[in-house]
Amino acid sequence: MKNSGSTIILNGLIKENPILVLFLGMCPTLATTTSAVNGMSMGLATLFVLFGSNVVISVLKKVIPDKVRIPAYVVVIATFVSVVEMLIHAYYPAIYESLGIFIPLIVVNCIILGRAEAFAAKNTIFHSALDGLGMGLGFTFALTLLGLIRELLGTGKAFGNIIFPDRYGALIFVLAPGAFIVLGYLIAIMNKFRRKVG
Amino acid sequence: MKKLESTFINMVTVLSGIAVFAAITLASVYTLTKEPIGNLERNKRQEAIRNVLPPYDHFDSIPIEMNNGVETTKVYKAYDKNNLFVGAAVESSSNNGYKGHIDIIVGFNKKGIIVNYEVLEQNETPGLGSKMVDWFKTKKAKQSIIGKDAGLAHLNITVDGGEIDAITAATISSRAFLFAVRNAYFEFISNVDDPLNDSTTSVTDTLQQKNIDSDSSSTKTEMKGQVQ
Repeated sequence: MKNSGSTIILNGLIKENPILVLFLGMCPTLATTTSAVNGMSMGLATLFVLFGSNVVISVLKKVIPDKVRIPAYVVVIATFVSVVEMLIHAYYPAIYESLGIFIPLIVVNCIILGRAEAFAAKNTIFHSALDGLGMGLGFTFALTLLGLIRELLGTGKAFGNIIFPDRYGALIFVLAPGAFIVLGYLIAIMNKFRRKVG
Repeated sequence: MKKLESTFINMVTVLSGIAVFAAITLASVYTLTKEPIGNLERNKRQEAIRNVLPPYDHFDSIPIEMNNGVETTKVYKAYDKNNLFVGAAVESSSNNGYKGHIDIIVGFNKKGIIVNYEVLEQNETPGLGSKMVDWFKTKKAKQSIIGKDAGLAHLNITVDGGEIDAITAATISSRAFLFAVRNAYFEFISNVDDPLNDSTTSVTDTLQQKNIDSDSSSTKTEMKGQVQ
């Protein structure tokens, strides 16, 4: 299963997509996808953390004694998250404003610790890097899609460009219930698609 | 290489090592980003002040700060080329937003007419309360507060007997916003009328302001009533 690089990346993108298949990290998913840009920036921030922590943990896997592995992983992950937070705050203030509390909360996103424990701790550095990339891309893809649909149905915009006038938008899609509804449909479509592909 | 045993020494060494490394990384990134972050915050405020003031030449870089125990209000006074008072930008806030704190800056000309406003900080519901960023600037129905004489106009939402339309489905946010606006005006009027704080104002200007003062003394009491 974990042979070639492309398999690992595709695995994260489709077969084990963190949102649509594994259902990991639902909280930031539902909360930050009010627009496509928000969803995408959250996805990219998570991608960076996932990639970095996977690589570092894979490098350190032999040095970290088993009994303290979780605290060690958490420190590594938290460091990456803080770095991302400061960088976004300094260079992308608009994104920082709209994502707010959800950037520091990447620390507790279970997908990151999950991949560290399930993949990076057992595989080579190269494969762990690819897994981080694949999972991160899968996460970004799902969040962007969710954000795009919610933004379009809710406000008539796509990535901030007006597609149809605001007044035809259904506000519920920007609010929490809309997040659940859209996510539910996306998961259903994904299941159908996966069954067909086999 | 074999995996390290989970002995006490190993665990302490490794965990401390990782923690020290993390601390170094964080410290360096913090140093790197400290300046841009500080600049951004400062620029944002300066930019907001510039946007809300009436035409001016320069403004006080150090504001007059007022604290009523709950909220801090800052008044930045602006002057024209001849050092005549033209208006002020007032930073005011409310803690009664739908999701807590709202921080706004409102510009008044010397007669107390609202020139413009900017929202500095808000966490209101996206798509509802967050519309306050430009809702009260939009010239549509009774939405806009721009051009209103803050001393005479009844700056409250229509449901509460005021003359401003609340944001659709965000009454609480609208209430909090307008509270902050009224609060800003209250501080504006109490500060520009104070001769001690306004030493640079010329005689004619002071006379004009005296007029405002007599007009507004009734409004002030009325406003206090609304606040409660």
